[in-house]
Amino acid sequence: MPTQTVAVAKKPKRALRGKPQKPFFERLALDFKRNWILYLMALPALIYFIVYCYAPMAGLYIAVSDFKISGGLFDGKFVGLKYLMDFFHSYYFGRLLRNTLVLSLETLIFGFPIPILFALVLNEIRSRGFKKLAQTVTYMPHFISIVVICGLVVNFFSLNGLVNTIVQLFGGKPIAFMSDPKWFRTVYVGSEIWQNFGWDSVVFLAALAGIDLAQFEAAKLDGASRWQTIWHISLPSILPTVVTMLLMRLGHVMSLGFEKVFNLYSPATYETADIISTFVYRQGILGANFSSAAAIGLFNSVINLILVVVMNKVSRKLTESSLW
Amino acid sequence: MKNNTIKTSKEDLIFDIVSYAVIAILVLACFYPMWYVFCASLSDPTVVAGCKGVLFWPQKLNLDAYRRVFSNPDIWTGLKNTVLYTVVGTTLNVLLTAMLAYALSRKNVMLKKPLTLLISFTMFFNGGMIPTYLVIRDLGLLDHRFAVILPGLVSVFNFIIMRTHFESIPDALEESAKIDGANQWTIFWKIYMPVSATSLAVMTLFYGVSHWNGWMNAMLYLPNSRELFPLALITREIVLSSATSAMNDGAALTQEMADAIKYATIIVSTLPILCLYPFLQQYFTKGVMVGSVKG
Repeated sequence: MPTQTVAVAKKPKRALRGKPQKPFFERLALDFKRNWILYLMALPALIYFIVYCYAPMAGLYIAVSDFKISGGLFDGKFVGLKYLMDFFHSYYFGRLLRNTLVLSLETLIFGFPIPILFALVLNEIRSRGFKKLAQTVTYMPHFISIVVICGLVVNFFSLNGLVNTIVQLFGGKPIAFMSDPKWFRTVYVGSEIWQNFGWDSVVFLAALAGIDLAQFEAAKLDGASRWQTIWHISLPSILPTVVTMLLMRLGHVMSLGFEKVFNLYSPATYETADIISTFVYRQGILGANFSSAAAIGLFNSVINLILVVVMNKVSRKLTESSLW
Repeated sequence: MKNNTIKTSKEDLIFDIVSYAVIAILVLACFYPMWYVFCASLSDPTVVAGCKGVLFWPQKLNLDAYRRVFSNPDIWTGLKNTVLYTVVGTTLNVLLTAMLAYALSRKNVMLKKPLTLLISFTMFFNGGMIPTYLVIRDLGLLDHRFAVILPGLVSVFNFIIMRTHFESIPDALEESAKIDGANQWTIFWKIYMPVSATSLAVMTLFYGVSHWNGWMNAMLYLPNSRELFPLALITREIVLSSATSAMNDGAALTQEMADAIKYATIIVSTLPILCLYPFLQQYFTKGVMVGSVKG
C-alpha cells in the first residue's frame, strides 16, 4: 500500500507592521488578477474533485431519505437514521462487521511482520545482483491485475491445483478451498500476503538503507554477530517507520478492499467472506436498494474517518510524524 | 554493507546460507505461479490437466489456446478499449495532476492552503460506491466511455508527489523566467515540465498501470455496453466466470481446453505489464520513496 506522510510546515504568521491589511475580498480579487493563469490551471482538477468527490458526499443525503430511482438525489423524503437502524437490527449487520474486521485484522497480524522480516533478511544479502533480482520478482505481483491474481488463486487452490497436490503429498485429502467457508479467510489472507509483501517492504528497505554504515563497522569491530547487529542496530533504526506504518494500517482496518473479496467469494462462502463493501454493491447496484446501501456505506466511511483521525493522533504522539 | 569482513566465522557462513535460502524460496513463490500459467498456456491441455499444478517447462508445445483466444472478437475489442482508456486516461491524469500540483506549489497563491485541504480531505472521506454511482448516472455518463476514464482523474497521492517535486525546484528558475517576461503557463510548460521528466515518468507509470488493470469502473458504469469493456473485464469473464463458450468451434469445449484458454487469456492480458515491468521497476520504487520521504 503506497502511503505517504505529508508534513505541513508551519510558517510564522506574517507580522502586520505599519499599514493595515486590505479587506479579504479585495486581496482575493487582486490575487485572482495576478494569478489567474495558475487558478485556471488548477480548475479542471478542482472541477473533478467537486463532481466526483464532493457531489457524492452531498449525495449521501439519500442515506437519510427515501430515494426513489426515478427522482433526483435530493428529492426523497427525509427519514433520518431509519435505514441505518434497519441495518443495525438486520441479521447481516453482525456478520458483515465481523467478516470485515476479521479479514482485515488477520491480514494485518499475519501480513504486517512479513515485509519487515523480508527487508531485514534482504538487507543482509551481499550480492547486489541477487538482491536486485529478488526485489524485481517479489514486487511484481503488486502490479498484476487483481483479476489475474484472483484467477491464479482460484486455479492454484482448485481440487486439481498445486495446493491440493501438496496436501495430498503429505497424506491429506483434497480440500474444496474455494467453496468451503472455513477456508476462505486463509485463502484470502495468504493471497494478500503473497501479492503485497514484496512491495510493502520498499519503505522498510529504504529505512534500512538510510542507516549509517559506520554503526555496522563499529559493531563488527566489537565482535558482534550478524544476529546481534540486526537486533541491536537494524531493527531499532527502522522502528519509527514500523510504528508509523502499523498505525496507518490500523487506521485503514475498515477500508478493506472490495476488489479481491468480490473476485474470490461466492454465495457458498458468504458466511465468512461477505464484507460491508460487497454487501453494499449487491444491495445498491444489483438490488437497487439505494438508500439502504448508501446508509451502510456511510456507516463504513464514518468509522474509517474516525479510525484514521485517531491513529494519526496516536502517531503524532508516538513518532512525531503524522499525515497532517 | 561492504564485504571487508575482519573474520568470516562459521556462524556468518550459516547466516549467509540461511538468508540466501529464505530469499530464494520467496522469490520462487512469487515467480512460479505466473511461470506455471505461461508454461501451461503453451502446453498440450491434457498434459496440463494431468500435471496437477506442477509444471516447470512447456510440455508438448500446443498453440491451440492462443489461436482460440485471438479468434475471439471480444479480446480484440477489449484490447482496443484498454489501449484507448490507458492512453487518453493517462494523458489527462498526468496533465491535470501536473497543472494542479504546479498551481498549488507556487508561493504567492492565496487560496493554496484551503484548496490543498479540500483535496487532501478526499483521501479520508468519500461518498462511497452508491452516491458516486448515482452522480455518474445523473450526469448521463452511464454506458459512456467517459464513465471509465473520468473517475480517479486526479489521485491525491500523485498530486502530493508532484507538488513536493515542484516545490523542490529552486525558485531562481521561476524568477529569471519572469524577468524575461514569461507568463506562468510558459514557465510551467517550457521550464518546469521539461526538468521534471523523472517525476512525470513515475506518475505516468502509476496511472498507466491502474488504467491497464482497471475493471471495476467498467463493471459499475457500463451495465449495458459490452462493446466498451476493457480487456481486464473481458479477462475477468473468461478467467473467473468461465465465459469461454464464445471460443468453441461449434462443439462444446472440454474442461482441459477451457482451462488452457484461461491460461492464454491471462498471459495475453498481462504480457505488456510483464514485459515492461522489469525495466520500469526502479521508477515505481522511486515514486513510493518520494511520497514517503517527507514527514
